[in-house]
Amino acid sequence: MQLNKTLKALLVALPVMTLAACSSSSGDVDGGEGQQTNASSNSNNDGVDVNTIERQKTPAEKLQEKYEALRQEQIVYFDFDRSTVRSEYVELLQAHADFLVKNPSVKVLIEGHADERGTPEYNIALGESRGKSVAKYLESLGVSDSQISVVSYGEEKPMVKSRTEEAFAKNRRAVLVY
Amino acid sequence: MLKHFKNILLVFAFGMTALANAALEIVITEGVDSARPIGVVPFKYIGNGEVPSEISAVIAADLMRSGKFKPVSEEQMPQLPTTDEEVDYDAWVSLGVEAIIVGTVMQQPANRYLVKYELIDVLRAQITGGETRMMSNGKLMKSQDHVLESRQSVIDSDSFRYYSHQISDVVYEALTGERGAFRTKIAYVIVREEQDKPYQLVVADYDGFNEQVLLRSKEPLMSPAWSPDGNKLAYVTFENRQSQIYVQDIYSGKREKITSYKGINGAPQFSPDGTQMLVVLSKDKGGATEVYVIDLETRTEKRLTKHRSIDTEPSWHPNGREIVYTSERGGNAQIYKLNLDTGRSRRVTFDGDMNLAGSITPDGKQLVMVNRTLGQYHIAKKEFDSGLFQVLTRTRLDESPSIAPNGSMIIYSTLHNNKQVLALVSMDGRFKARLPVLDGQVKAPAWSPFLQ
Repeated sequence: MQLNKTLKALLVALPVMTLAACSSSSGDVDGGEGQQTNASSNSNNDGVDVNTIERQKTPAEKLQEKYEALRQEQIVYFDFDRSTVRSEYVELLQAHADFLVKNPSVKVLIEGHADERGTPEYNIALGESRGKSVAKYLESLGVSDSQISVVSYGEEKPMVKSRTEEAFAKNRRAVLVY
Repeated sequence: MLKHFKNILLVFAFGMTALANAALEIVITEGVDSARPIGVVPFKYIGNGEVPSEISAVIAADLMRSGKFKPVSEEQMPQLPTTDEEVDYDAWVSLGVEAIIVGTVMQQPANRYLVKYELIDVLRAQITGGETRMMSNGKLMKSQDHVLESRQSVIDSDSFRYYSHQISDVVYEALTGERGAFRTKIAYVIVREEQDKPYQLVVADYDGFNEQVLLRSKEPLMSPAWSPDGNKLAYVTFENRQSQIYVQDIYSGKREKITSYKGINGAPQFSPDGTQMLVVLSKDKGGATEVYVIDLETRTEKRLTKHRSIDTEPSWHPNGREIVYTSERGGNAQIYKLNLDTGRSRRVTFDGDMNLAGSITPDGKQLVMVNRTLGQYHIAKKEFDSGLFQVLTRTRLDESPSIAPNGSMIIYSTLHNNKQVLALVSMDGRFKARLPVLDGQVKAPAWSPFLQ
């Protein structure tokens, strides 16, 4: 499990590291426009102007920033009558998993929801199934099951209260609550 | 008062909403051609001031809602008799009416009223001329067999609606041979968003009058279900940030926790004898949601289904030996029947894309369910013997069907003007009525058992 986690983290981290390496080398050569690579002190009779340079972020720091940004997003949406996690949420859940693995004392509640179509008790079951899909995904990334709990509200707590297709799509969701 | 009665009939006739004083009022959304014309003559009031409530209006509304009768409007009535002696039988028969109800309300001391009424078979009376002579114990006796019922009672001012429903029950049973269900209640959940505790569990008369809130919560309430004696409600509450099943005595307010397992605690249903309860739990590893039966005395539970996919919405057969439930084991959700003696399940629905929330009629002969066909959710029924399948409703997002204890009607929740409301449909699908609510989303109706 521990090895598995490291491997997965590496898989995601690798392309990011490559990207970071590219940008830093070009910065060395051209000096760059947005960031100054050479400290410049402009000599003036009155005194001195002190400038700084932005320290190059490590790949790990960049990943952390990205995860932090991703973690602001706490909702995963689902297809109608389905509870499989769509591929577009892989990175989002990776970010949450990373945080939870690094902070084993933090607990997350996953709320499963459904749109209003179908019966209330069926939707409770569907909402739980969605919550559990997300929980299982986080566990596969190394999060301990003791950190995760799941509650299903079925169709009882719609986020959007109209009955259009768009509203239904917004309501078919799992929400990560810290 | 006569005006008030006319107004109600007008509301019925044109399908318009809203009587200001009624929390819920029935609106007919489709006509009924097969219904039997009946005359509910306004009861004559003998007393001072206003009569507390128009009895005949309540009776007419009851009989109309049953889908079996078509009360004639007051302006169509050839006369307004108050006793059998005053009735012109021919005039009523020529109108196509087969029976009429006449009566009087007499004010008594101490806020009490004497109500007398007669149910008259005008067809029979036309044949006998209002009097039959028949042999009894070797003697020729006079009989008035066209007077099907003749009763009187003293009631107080706040019993008018209840007593009116009682008259409806008497009339309905005399004319159909089937027990009336007009003194029953409905439980439902109403969500009043603007209130501090928006989720409310409510009990009202079957027609929506006398709404009483039994529980208010900040978190959702679901799936109210009646005990067979009509004294308790089981329901699902999320007050502790998870689902739990409680039973509440509706008269004492005493609450009792039944299950509070990790995961789902849902879909409670008392057994017909009241000793057991079907519930849905997801506590066991390896299963999704599964159906269990709990012995309410010993609190021991037994798992009835075992499958990786969703099993939910259990409901008892009136015989107490079988249940139906929704399962996704075949791919899409369908209804299965489980024999509790053999432990064998058998799929019973095959129409449309999906069938959910099955319940069996009191005679055990039909299954009522939510059917999904081409993406539309409607209430449907299926006869077990013939396999005949019929979609009963045409409204939007219909769910939570609950059958009247006499099997005559189904109450369900539906969408109207982007609002969840309750609606009624007769078991044959021909009569439909909506119960509009003014201040909230109404859902999960549960029709009580007979309460007398």
